[in-house]
Amino acid sequence: MNASDESRPVVKPIDSGELNTPSTQSADLPSSPRAALDLVAINRIAFQTIVRKEIRRFARIWVQTIVPPSINAILYMLIFGSLIGSRISDMGGFRYIDFIVPGIIMMAVIINSYSNVVSSFFASKMQNYIEELLVSPVSNITIVFGYLAGGMARGLLVGSLVAVVSLFFSDIRPVHPFITLTVAVLTSMMFSLGGLINAVFAKSFDDISIVPNFILTPLTYLGGVFYSISMLPPFWQTVSLFNPMLYMINGFRYGILGTSDIPIWTSFLVIVIFIASLGTIAMMLLNRGTGIKH
Amino acid sequence: MNALSIAGLHKTYSGDVQALKGIDLTVPEGDFFALLGPNGAGKSTAIGVITSLVNKTSGSVEVFGFDIDKHPEAAKASIGLVPQEFNFNVFEQVLPVVLNVAGYNGLSRRDALTRAEYYLKKLDLWDKRKTPARQLSGGMKRRLMIARALVHEPRLLILDEPTAGVDLEIRRSMWSFLSELNEQHGTTIILTTHYLEEAEALCRNVAIIDGGKIVEHGEVAQLLSRSMMETFVLDARTYSDIPVTLGPFTVRVRDENRLEVDVPQGHTLNELFQLLSEAGVEITSLRNKTNRLEEFFMRLVKRPTTGAA
Repeated sequence: MNASDESRPVVKPIDSGELNTPSTQSADLPSSPRAALDLVAINRIAFQTIVRKEIRRFARIWVQTIVPPSINAILYMLIFGSLIGSRISDMGGFRYIDFIVPGIIMMAVIINSYSNVVSSFFASKMQNYIEELLVSPVSNITIVFGYLAGGMARGLLVGSLVAVVSLFFSDIRPVHPFITLTVAVLTSMMFSLGGLINAVFAKSFDDISIVPNFILTPLTYLGGVFYSISMLPPFWQTVSLFNPMLYMINGFRYGILGTSDIPIWTSFLVIVIFIASLGTIAMMLLNRGTGIKH
Repeated sequence: MNALSIAGLHKTYSGDVQALKGIDLTVPEGDFFALLGPNGAGKSTAIGVITSLVNKTSGSVEVFGFDIDKHPEAAKASIGLVPQEFNFNVFEQVLPVVLNVAGYNGLSRRDALTRAEYYLKKLDLWDKRKTPARQLSGGMKRRLMIARALVHEPRLLILDEPTAGVDLEIRRSMWSFLSELNEQHGTTIILTTHYLEEAEALCRNVAIIDGGKIVEHGEVAQLLSRSMMETFVLDARTYSDIPVTLGPFTVRVRDENRLEVDVPQGHTLNELFQLLSEAGVEITSLRNKTNRLEEFFMRLVKRPTTGAA
């Protein structure tokens, strides 16, 4: 350990000059010291770093993160689609397997986006390496977007894998590819935000499994993955409208099959309102330091 | 220019626990500064506030003139932190741990690699770059945190008990590394430590914090000169019925071959030896009981009822 036996590497500073402190600025230049730091460059590189780190994380533990959800989806399609589905009559004018494939893909996107962020952010809290970000000049919005992008990367990757697998069971092709993709991306974003908020509040490993197990999974099942709400009695149809999953699953189904229980613009509106609300909450929590600062 | 200026800093945790009760502190640029204090005195809370890990209740903190509320990014960019507890992803390899923090500080991938290689080599960790952090020894983990804190070349390096649980050899090499960093690169260094010997050997200035308040603040040399008394342990060959006070000196018999003597400031060891000879005591060797800063410190933070810890 020797600090001086060779000179330190010369690295180009990220801004045009050194970090200017008030004392080194000319007295007649009332420039803000903040201006000397190229915050855009710092946040751009920090964002890329967080995303790279997040993708490395789930890729490193692919046996836990990628394989099980894909196997689950295959089982759903095999059992509900091929075996049981072959005895079920058409639904909304489609073969049963074709009807459930969009919901199964969406379920993978929802669960994986959520799980990725909740696990990763909670681990960074438990092992305290969230502090690496908190002591760095990274803005909170970059932290939120970084984790969001990581969750979306996993949600959309697993969703795509499930979509590829579904080609073995169903021969449907998206009727509205752009809508399909947009709904998937926005839903993934929404549940990544949900995972982040869950992780902020979580104090134990139980706290990060309660929401996925007791809220997300039941709501997804009840959100019309396996049935059309038009099959339900009027009362339960109305109740179902309060389930946010219904809007995502039906939005995605509209993109793929061109049919849906819910008008597509209603789906978009609901998703966007959720994203805006959850995004605002996530930013407020991070700015306040809830769960991560003392 | 001050590397750090703290004024009127208060921190009250939930449950009405007052960790900091109005701290005022300045650390000049280029200083090697020790923050001493018993456990629970508020050292780590103070560092937490400076590095934006702890929200303060009131007061102001400036790092190289940047207010941590008004210009948090500029203040944070100036600081490198080596915390007390290990706080890296233990499943991550050594090199990515350093590269990630370089990225959070806005260093491009190429520059981050150059710097990470330099500091990991400096801290004898380059061979371990592909090792998951959890497999490192305690000393290596500590050095990893130093490399990580330096990768963006901060002007202020803060180390919270950096040598806790580190063996003597590594501690010495860390000392020389930090001294050179301070002397040759002008990095301002603030460290908290329990090893007062460390503060005496390394630091120019010191603040002693106790019960959330700064109870002393000044040059190490100056504080030591104010130390009123030094205690020596004497190995004695023969003595019998030695008086408890020997002129100005207080003598305690530890066992049949050892005495402890308090030597007040202004008195010499010659006087002591003369009185001991007259009392018929033969001395074979002597040493300081504790280092001087430690004695000073203990006297300062001593609490009459509960003790210092």
